[in-house]
Amino acid sequence: MIQEDALVLDQKQISDKYFKLTLKSQFISNNSKPGQFVNVKVSPSITPLLRRPISIHKINKENNSFDLLYEIVGAGTEILSKRKVGEKISVLGPLGNGFTIKNTPALLVAGGMGVAPLYFLAEEMKKASIDAVILIGGKRSDSINCEEDFKKLGFNVFVTTEDGSKGEKGLIINLLRNHLNRQAIYACGPKAMLKEISKMAAHKKIGCQVSMESYMACGIGSCKGCAVKTKSGYQMACKDGPVFNAEEIIW
Amino acid sequence: MVKIAGIEMKNPVMAASGTFGNEYSKLIDINKLGAVISKSVTLKPKAGNPPPRICETPAGMLNSIGLQNEGLDAFIKTTIPMFSLFEVPLIVNVAGETIEEYVHICKQLSKHSTVKGLELNISCPNVKKGCITFGIDPKATEKLVKAVRKSTKLPLIVKLTPNVTDITQIAKAAVKGGADVLSLINTVLGMAIDIKTKKPKLANITGGLSGPAIKPIAIRMVYQTAQAVKVPIIGVGGITTVEDAVEFFYAGASAIQVGTGSFIDAQAIIKIIEGLKRYQI
Repeated sequence: MIQEDALVLDQKQISDKYFKLTLKSQFISNNSKPGQFVNVKVSPSITPLLRRPISIHKINKENNSFDLLYEIVGAGTEILSKRKVGEKISVLGPLGNGFTIKNTPALLVAGGMGVAPLYFLAEEMKKASIDAVILIGGKRSDSINCEEDFKKLGFNVFVTTEDGSKGEKGLIINLLRNHLNRQAIYACGPKAMLKEISKMAAHKKIGCQVSMESYMACGIGSCKGCAVKTKSGYQMACKDGPVFNAEEIIW
Repeated sequence: MVKIAGIEMKNPVMAASGTFGNEYSKLIDINKLGAVISKSVTLKPKAGNPPPRICETPAGMLNSIGLQNEGLDAFIKTTIPMFSLFEVPLIVNVAGETIEEYVHICKQLSKHSTVKGLELNISCPNVKKGCITFGIDPKATEKLVKAVRKSTKLPLIVKLTPNVTDITQIAKAAVKGGADVLSLINTVLGMAIDIKTKKPKLANITGGLSGPAIKPIAIRMVYQTAQAVKVPIIGVGGITTVEDAVEFFYAGASAIQVGTGSFIDAQAIIKIIEGLKRYQI
């Protein structure tokens, strides 16, 4: 891991609340794996004080940079969205364990912003010639991201929205029922969704990895702030996770 | 080189308890620090409090970790040998539920030459037993420190809580009990509520406030305590820059600790050490 002031190469507004930020870092672009994150100081000011953990979305080897895909959810991400090309942003990373890629047909399940790390994962699967199916769920059509990007990798993508404005109407869990023939599930999204997926995966005896979100402070395992309750006691989302075997989590 | 109660340090800047582990060796040269204070060690392993354990507040953060740690035996087996690889004094922070526990832990730790000092945590606001219950009562403080003092020859630092009416009363009691040094302040008891869910943001409801938000409280208390006692004071609370550190020295501190500041900028502690060279303190 490294802490460095990374140059902003690009900042794109994708839709109302979604942004894609491209940061230059030779170290992070060369040493990251899917499911890992960076802890971002959105501004040098003491408010907001803490760094924000954000998943690595894509590595751009051609110019030693990486992308963060993020949603404005509060004051921190709001400030981040206003940072401009040419400015420098302090990042700490890559952090966390990342997904363990299994050489079996995969099912990637993303709720909302959960697409962010799963796209990086899908790219690696494509490189390893692993077949993957992608499910993306969200509240409305504007909370569905990366559908085309996954398709460009040659993977089948299924979309569902709660209000039916894009893809099938309903929850992603309903979509999931049709795809339980896959042998490994990789999921990222809201906790309630991960819990349901984990139950289904356990029932069908499918190996399932979930990326858990948590408020964090240090991001490296020192402060013990981001505890996740597991069968082997409290584990730290930042260091032991954020990816856990679903069966390990006490929901 | 500075010397605080017999502990020789390269400089008067230490990593505060509960905020700094060997993970930071990947980000900074730990050997440049004055000292490292370990996370609190308890007699038995402690699972800690349920999540959420932290939340951000204006210029600060609340935490209620609940002293999650591996316990004394594992600490002696793994953490002490790991720290013996560094050339930086290790000061062990000790927390207990009873006087007997503090005494036992301190006695055991005193057998290890890597341990250069002890810091008694009588100020954690996030556990139900021990700790702060000693630190808010001058009589209990004196009794505890006196008992620990008899059990060890190591330099004894007592870490005080700001959650009292008059910190000088507690400071005097700790010195009377035999404290060589006082460190202050621990976190300020606080609370935050999520107005969407109408629930406390921390599972433990209340937590300890740290970060720049508490610096003026810490400065005031260091100043008051420095007037009241003659032992050296280690200032801690909201230090993120060299200017913050200098302010503590002017308030009467002989050394300082950086805690939450390391979360914001892993290099903050190194920048403070470098920056202090420009000041005549």
